[in-house]
Amino acid sequence: MCVAVPAQIESIEGQKATVNLAGARADVAVTLTPEAGVGDYVLVHAGFAIAVVDPEEARKTFSILREMGALDGR
Amino acid sequence: MSATSAIRDRLLAAWARLGGGPERACQIMEVCGTHTVAASRSGLRDLLPEGLRLISGPGCPVCVTDQSYIDRAVHLARRRAEVTVATYGDMVRVPGRDGSLEEARAAGADVRTVYAAAEAVALARRRPDRHVVFLGIGFETTAPGAAMAIEQAREERLTNFSVLSSHKRLLPVMRALLAEDDVRIDGFLCPGHVSVIIGSAAFQPIVARHRVPCVVAGFEDEQILLGVERIVRQLADGAPAAENVYPPVRPEGNPIAREVIERVFVPADDRWRGLGDIPDSGLAVRETFADFDTARRFDLPPEESYELPGCRCGDVIAGRLLPTDCPLFGRRCTPGSPVGPCMVSSEGSCAAYYRYHYRGR
Repeated sequence: MCVAVPAQIESIEGQKATVNLAGARADVAVTLTPEAGVGDYVLVHAGFAIAVVDPEEARKTFSILREMGALDGR
Repeated sequence: MSATSAIRDRLLAAWARLGGGPERACQIMEVCGTHTVAASRSGLRDLLPEGLRLISGPGCPVCVTDQSYIDRAVHLARRRAEVTVATYGDMVRVPGRDGSLEEARAAGADVRTVYAAAEAVALARRRPDRHVVFLGIGFETTAPGAAMAIEQAREERLTNFSVLSSHKRLLPVMRALLAEDDVRIDGFLCPGHVSVIIGSAAFQPIVARHRVPCVVAGFEDEQILLGVERIVRQLADGAPAAENVYPPVRPEGNPIAREVIERVFVPADDRWRGLGDIPDSGLAVRETFADFDTARRFDLPPEESYELPGCRCGDVIAGRLLPTDCPLFGRRCTPGSPVGPCMVSSEGSCAAYYRYHYRGR
């Protein structure tokens, strides 16, 4: 349940960002990561970003989560 | 040589230095449902040297939620006509005294699955004629979402939204596990995403007090193996420490997330399946947000804990029993027809063992 998936920020408006999450667009709250900017990767958990992550780290995490099925239905 | 085999070589060297083997066994516990699944999926548990065991502890939020909480949620869904129960998916299938939430829904109750607490607030906004109860479960990773939902609901002056909070705190349960004398724990593989919030330094007091290695790791095979290697190395060096190998984690965690939790919730005693009442291990809604606290807004049935007949999820959660050693495992209890929450939840130990270790036996 504490799974968080990396997603790239496409745009930010106030506390909300539109991210690209496994090829799908989603809106997430960026209240907890004010340092995140457009183009950054963030770890997204249950609709909000919890940390800014390195793009290479994001890529590796993404592949493992896909294998685990954690991205199903998201 | 791949990174993984280099780590494994280092692990074996540290293990030899420790004098590890069948006579000098070690047990490492992970306290995270995502680690449970990742370790089983990768086959890592079977690759460790003889005598070194990686077991699962109380890391699956659905699994550790006490039976009395399930019964309260089902009670609200079935008996309060104005209530809509909004919950994360895995909760709906856990059986309670009066059936599961899924069964309540089949009987006409309004039970909705949501992915985020914010969706439950949106539901309350759209349906002023309903009272939306959000089932607040999960560790420190999840709690900020529920806290932000409550703050949002207050800002919008919604009067039809509340949270039935059974959020859990990691450190108190780790201390409780160390106090149990029937489970051996030589080191903790600490959860990556809880640690993103609470920070890797949060484990220092536990290391200082109990002299047990605490290493934060991510969820790739390489990360988990690296975490295990660092724990064994610390044991071999006789130098337990709070260490982190997962890049997104900072020593101080995410202070903004911790502030959000603290504004809305207050640490409170809480009950865990298999472990009972643990001081300060839960998060209750603060008095200042009483209007958004389901427990204050509704008359709820008394908290009565019990084990489901024959189910040994409590022992599995506490690390006292391997899933495969439960008499029901794979016979009366399967993912298709689960008896207890550890088989219901996709990240429960029993479901993970069934999916990755059991087939082909």
